[in-house]
Amino acid sequence: MTYATGQQYLKDGVLPHMWCPGCGIGVMLRACLRSFEELGYRNEDTVVVTGIGCTGKLDDYVVTHALHTTHGRALACATGIKAAKDDLHVVVFMGDGDSVTIGGNHFLHAARRNIDLTAIVINNFNFGMTGGQFSGTTFNGAITQTSAYGNPERQLDICALAEVAGANFVARSTPWHVDDLSALITEALSRKGFSLVEVLSPCPTHFGSNNKMKKGTDMLGWLKERTMPVDLYRSKSPAERAGIFPIGKLVDRCEPDFAARYAEVGAKATGN
Amino acid sequence: MKNYASLLQGNEAMAQGALYAGARFYAGYPITPSSEIAQECSKVMPKLGGVYMQMEDEIASMAAIIGASLAGVKSFTATSGPGFSLMQENLGLAIMGEVPCVVIDVQRSGPSTGLATKPAQSDIMQIRWGRHGDQELIALSPSSVGECFSLTVEAFNLAEKLRTPVVVAADEIVAHMRENILIPEPGEVEVFDRRKPTGDPAAYLPFGPAPDGVPPISSYGSDYIMHVSSSMHGPDGYSNNGPDNAARQIARKNSKFEHHRAEIVKTRTYEADDADVLFVTFGTVTRAARAAARTLRESGVRAGVLQLITVWPFAEEAVAEFGGRAKTVVVPEMNYHGQLAGEVKKVLGAGADVRRVNSWNGQIITPRDILRAI
Amino acid sequence: MTKRSEIVLAGSGGQGVLLSGTLLAEAAIQEGSNVVQTVSYGIATRGGTSMTEVIIDDDEIVFQQVEKPDVVLAMSPEAMTKYEGRAAEGALVLYDTTLVAERQGENLRGFPFTDTAVKLGNVGLANIVALGFLCGASGILSRERLEAVISERFSEPRRTANLTALRSGADAAAEALARV
Ligand SMILES: Cc1ncc(C[n+]2csc(CCOP(=O)(O)OP(=O)(O)O)c2C)c(N)n1
Ligand code: SF4
Ligand SMILES: [Mg+2]
Repeated sequence: MTYATGQQYLKDGVLPHMWCPGCGIGVMLRACLRSFEELGYRNEDTVVVTGIGCTGKLDDYVVTHALHTTHGRALACATGIKAAKDDLHVVVFMGDGDSVTIGGNHFLHAARRNIDLTAIVINNFNFGMTGGQFSGTTFNGAITQTSAYGNPERQLDICALAEVAGANFVARSTPWHVDDLSALITEALSRKGFSLVEVLSPCPTHFGSNNKMKKGTDMLGWLKERTMPVDLYRSKSPAERAGIFPIGKLVDRCEPDFAARYAEVGAKATGN
Repeated sequence: MKNYASLLQGNEAMAQGALYAGARFYAGYPITPSSEIAQECSKVMPKLGGVYMQMEDEIASMAAIIGASLAGVKSFTATSGPGFSLMQENLGLAIMGEVPCVVIDVQRSGPSTGLATKPAQSDIMQIRWGRHGDQELIALSPSSVGECFSLTVEAFNLAEKLRTPVVVAADEIVAHMRENILIPEPGEVEVFDRRKPTGDPAAYLPFGPAPDGVPPISSYGSDYIMHVSSSMHGPDGYSNNGPDNAARQIARKNSKFEHHRAEIVKTRTYEADDADVLFVTFGTVTRAARAAARTLRESGVRAGVLQLITVWPFAEEAVAEFGGRAKTVVVPEMNYHGQLAGEVKKVLGAGADVRRVNSWNGQIITPRDILRAI
Repeated sequence: MTKRSEIVLAGSGGQGVLLSGTLLAEAAIQEGSNVVQTVSYGIATRGGTSMTEVIIDDDEIVFQQVEKPDVVLAMSPEAMTKYEGRAAEGALVLYDTTLVAERQGENLRGFPFTDTAVKLGNVGLANIVALGFLCGASGILSRERLEAVISERFSEPRRTANLTALRSGADAAAEALARV
């Protein structure tokens, strides 16, 4: 078997890409396109939906169907696509700003509906695109372009949010753990219902340089130290868990998705 | 559908019009006075194999109908002023991405939550200019339950023909009013479907040049792969920030409305040809103006009405023609600032005798109110 | 001369005057007339005032609002206060004596719609008793036409209950007219 490259989904002639050296977005995209190939996705059946931001730029590098939306609204657009045409593979790429800051409401409700989308969130702890301001996932005390004295607010746990809102599948990984990341994305894509993969990701240009991690490798090292396989994490005391992100598969359930429940409504309406 | 006159509410007629035009996807967030449209769709869509989605807000509703339309399903939403304000950014996305869809705005009295159950015609400017950036937007305004039906069908036809969102600018009066209407049989009224790409899929340009400015539109899942973007894009839909490209794209996107102007801009006149007193109206107020004009005729004053069925783009030609002939032009409308009157004045010039009749407290303008103004 | 009737039905929220107006409008359509029914909503479905206007005309109905009512139905004291004066202008004002103090005067006609409905076992039928009375007293539409509309709209057991209510209202109006 040849190793999947995901090349057939990549647009010719646009590389080198726009992302900074050491940025995690490109690594994530590669992993995701490899998963597409492993799952045999046809470009014609696949819709890549993006928000606005550095992450939101990635539709420019793919040759599947695509919709580049407005900031924070990618999931709401994707909901319409999937609800109207259930046989499409709809994959939504968002930043932490897109997904849980400006777009938090859509995130909550997409998970609640358990609509059959795969959401991949690059969490780089700040608004990369607009120059590194704090977002809803920036942790307390972090220095950003709008928190020179330390962020007074606390961060949101994206995976926990997806879990309580009702997502079928929730996982977290990092570009450092790229093989795990690929496997988790493949699993997320295969799962019916709302799936989320949070990718903790270096933004050396802004978040890194503001917080004494100027190089991409500094931030990768930092991510490595702050993450722990979920099984191990669960065996730890609350004190030992502080400041640590569990990684791996966090939630895996098979509740009926929106389409299945809507089919029941249709059957009742038509008396079938 | 039974083909005898039935008593239908304006909101129901708009929902029926959408279904007649082939809409099979509705996404919305309930708001008075538009909620009956959502209720009707929630009942009928599942029976027709269509989708009713109640979204988390109007931002999401607008987003969802864009997604559904790009998946190839005729889609619409309905709201009132507060919700329309929330839709503005994604309405811009629909214009930029050239996504056919219909937005019904059942206008109510504001500002803010205002008189939530009372009518107004005060969203006309937010419909036309409520978004950032250079763009054109079509808005049709019904004055009867019959027009609620026929103009919603027309809104879909224009949306499909021009690859653009179209607004139905209704008001609380017509939305909650019941009248006898005859729903046409399928096939009786023309229903237009979007032009699809043909030829080599690899050569398909979703935002390429076209003789009438409207390139064919693919759908997600088709072999004609389609890249749609809110960012400035080239003919292939991919990001392109070049100034020449931007100039071409914006010019083409606006040129569609010029090419199709005759099909878009519709007016109706009532004894306007020889009118010394001309009422320029849109929506339900047209009826009060017609009654006032009739009273004036009975007392020997030559009065007539120019109804703007299409509010946007503005019917400059008709206003200039009939308004130019009249001695006095009166613009009755349910808003404070005279949103339509301003446009009429722009066309007729500073010297023209243009008078306003306004109501902004949720009270209907009566023929007597209009007569008192002259 | 064309046939035109302007009718106002007013009461408080929850009394069902909007439904009475709709039934009236549907019956008029079946007679081949044009109709417009407008409603005036308060913010709440319950309580507050509730009013609907119906215009029936063989011709096109241009202005959609009632300007000079031919018949007014007042189902609450507030509605009576608002519309009583229309009697002097020639409108036939019908009111619910269960809720509105009885009074004498030209064009004023009271009947206990609500009490009658209670006796029939359902206070919610007062609007239909009133509708029957309105038709009988004004002659705007035939009782048979309204019966047909009610039969179409309701399934049993509501159909029979509504028909009974309509008839009791219409009979009462016939008696009252005979007495005059
Ligand atoms: C309505 C709106 N508000 C603000 C912006 C400006 N804006 C563009 S991208 C962005 C933040 C992006 O952050 P994130 O989603 O985390 O993506 P990243 O760039 O970090 O990948 C902001 C605030 C916008 N485009 N639209
Ligand atoms: S600014 Fe940050 S997120 Fe954006 S491309 Fe650069 S490193 Fe990546
Ligand atoms: Mg970010």
